[in-house]
Formats: sequence, C-alpha cells, structure tokens
Amino acid sequence: MRFRARVEVQLRPGIADPEGATIERALPALGFDSVAHVRAGRSFSFEVDAPDEGAARTTATELADRLLANPVIEQSRLELEAI
Amino acid sequence: MAPRIGVVVFPGTNCEHDVVQAVEAAGADGVLLWHGDDHLGSVDAVVLPGGFAHGDYLRPGALARFSPVMDAVAGFARAGGPVVGICNGFQVLTEAGLLPGALQKNGRLRFLCEPARLVVASTSSVLTSGSKVGDELTIPINHFSGNYTCDDETLRRLHEEGRVVLRYADNPNGSVDAIAGLANEAGNVVGLMPHPERASHALLGSVDGLVLLRALVGAATARAAA
Repeated sequence: MRFRARVEVQLRPGIADPEGATIERALPALGFDSVAHVRAGRSFSFEVDAPDEGAARTTATELADRLLANPVIEQSRLELEAI
Repeated sequence: MAPRIGVVVFPGTNCEHDVVQAVEAAGADGVLLWHGDDHLGSVDAVVLPGGFAHGDYLRPGALARFSPVMDAVAGFARAGGPVVGICNGFQVLTEAGLLPGALQKNGRLRFLCEPARLVVASTSSVLTSGSKVGDELTIPINHFSGNYTCDDETLRRLHEEGRVVLRYADNPNGSVDAIAGLANEAGNVVGLMPHPERASHALLGSVDGLVLLRALVGAATARAAA
C-alpha cells in the first residue's frame, strides 16, 4: 500500500520563536486585532510504501524524529492517509 | 614535527582555506578532508569550518550530520581527539549530538556580521587552555543561526562542569546565558560561533583568534606525541 504523509514541525512550547513573534508584531498594522499566539513552523509531505498503516506510521515517525525535526528544540505532528 | 590538523570540507563549506592558513600561522600543518570519505587519514585534530554545509537545507548541520566523514569524526572525538566546530561546524556538532543543545535563528531575526567581544569562561577545553578566565577576545561573528538554546537541565550541567568556554560580552544573538562556545565533558570537543581564523593576522584587525588556535595546535601536538 502507499500512504501520503504530512509532517508538521514546530518549535517546542517555551522555545523562543522569533519568526512567529515578528509575524505577530505585524498583525495590528494589517487590522488583525483578534489574532494572538502566532507560532511559525514548516510542513513536509512525502509518500511511503508499506504493508499497512502501522508500518507506514513507524517509518514516517522515524524520518520525522531523525531528520525533519531537531528534537532538542522542535516537535513534530504526523498525518497519514492511504492513497 | 608540526602536528596535522584536518579541515573537513562539505559541499557548501566556504571557510576551509582560511582555517588552513590560520592553523598554519599557529604552527600546524593544515590538510583538507572530504566529507564523503569515511576516514580522517592521519590527523592529530579536526576542524569543522564555517559555511553552508549541504546548503544549510532543512536546518544548518541537519544533513551534514549524515555525511560519511561524521562517523569518523565521532570516533575520533570518542577517542579523545581534539575536534573544533566553527560557526556552521558548531551547528553540525550539535546536530550530530557531539555537543548538547541547538543553534536557532538569531533573536530579532538579524543576520550578524561584526566583531564580537568575547570573555573566556573556562580554560578546560582544547581551545581555551592557553587563556585565563576573564580574558577578553575580539573575534568576528558571521551567522543567522547562532542563538544557542538548551534546556535548563543541560545549562545547569554546562555550568557545573565548566563547559561554557566563551561568552559574548554583549550577547548579540540572544543565546542562552550569552554562550558563544562550549565544550563536551572531556573538553576535547568544542563548538563556537565566532571565527578565530578571521582574527589571525594584524591585517584582519585582530589576532585574538590565534590565542585559541595555538591552544588547539598544542592539543594536536600532545596527541601526535602520545
């Protein structure tokens, strides 16, 4: 089976996020007065061949932990769908 | 005989020749090492120089960590060999787990290219063994991701074990505890954001980097003799 994985990487809570803070500071000038707590991150997508969803999840999680995110400062979230 | 210091070249590294010239000014022979080789040859110390290894894609150092040469660097470090990561090389060492913590984007998202005033905070490392605690050095920085970050437990251990080796006098990038350079437990692996090779000749405006590089050459000499 083939699965499409989407991995979202963000800085851990408590780690300063200068990118998110800069975006947030720009918001009042654009009239977005009701928006707060902006956090920046990045997202990756890739496809995985695996016998079942559990195996695909294991592969994608390992890829996220070993390469896509730096666990010292970042956390990742995985979404998986069969295609 | 002069000790041999290997300077690792990744695709995108751009300070290797400066480092070779500076370690030669400090009394060593400098040789370039290729990231795709899985051995270091016969060197007495290793420098991971500055630049943009593998284009800095994903995160600085994230891909360089998987270059074949890094297993050899890790083995050399475990065996007590002197290893110094400068700027991008520091980022590679943290990504490879040879030093704790991480280097994230500078506070205020500014690229910084300027002389930095540094204060020696510990002399128990291969880079600061020739200095005294409290010595001031002026050495250039040149980075976007030099904002040192670690958790409280790591910071407590770094303090207890005297592993913060250099601090910024003015903390230009927002680093935790103004850390500019730190060492592993044994003091043989050191990472720092400032570029000592750019402060290695009077024409460059400072020779303070030579103080650090001479200490490294001393450590390499001791290893060559062992």
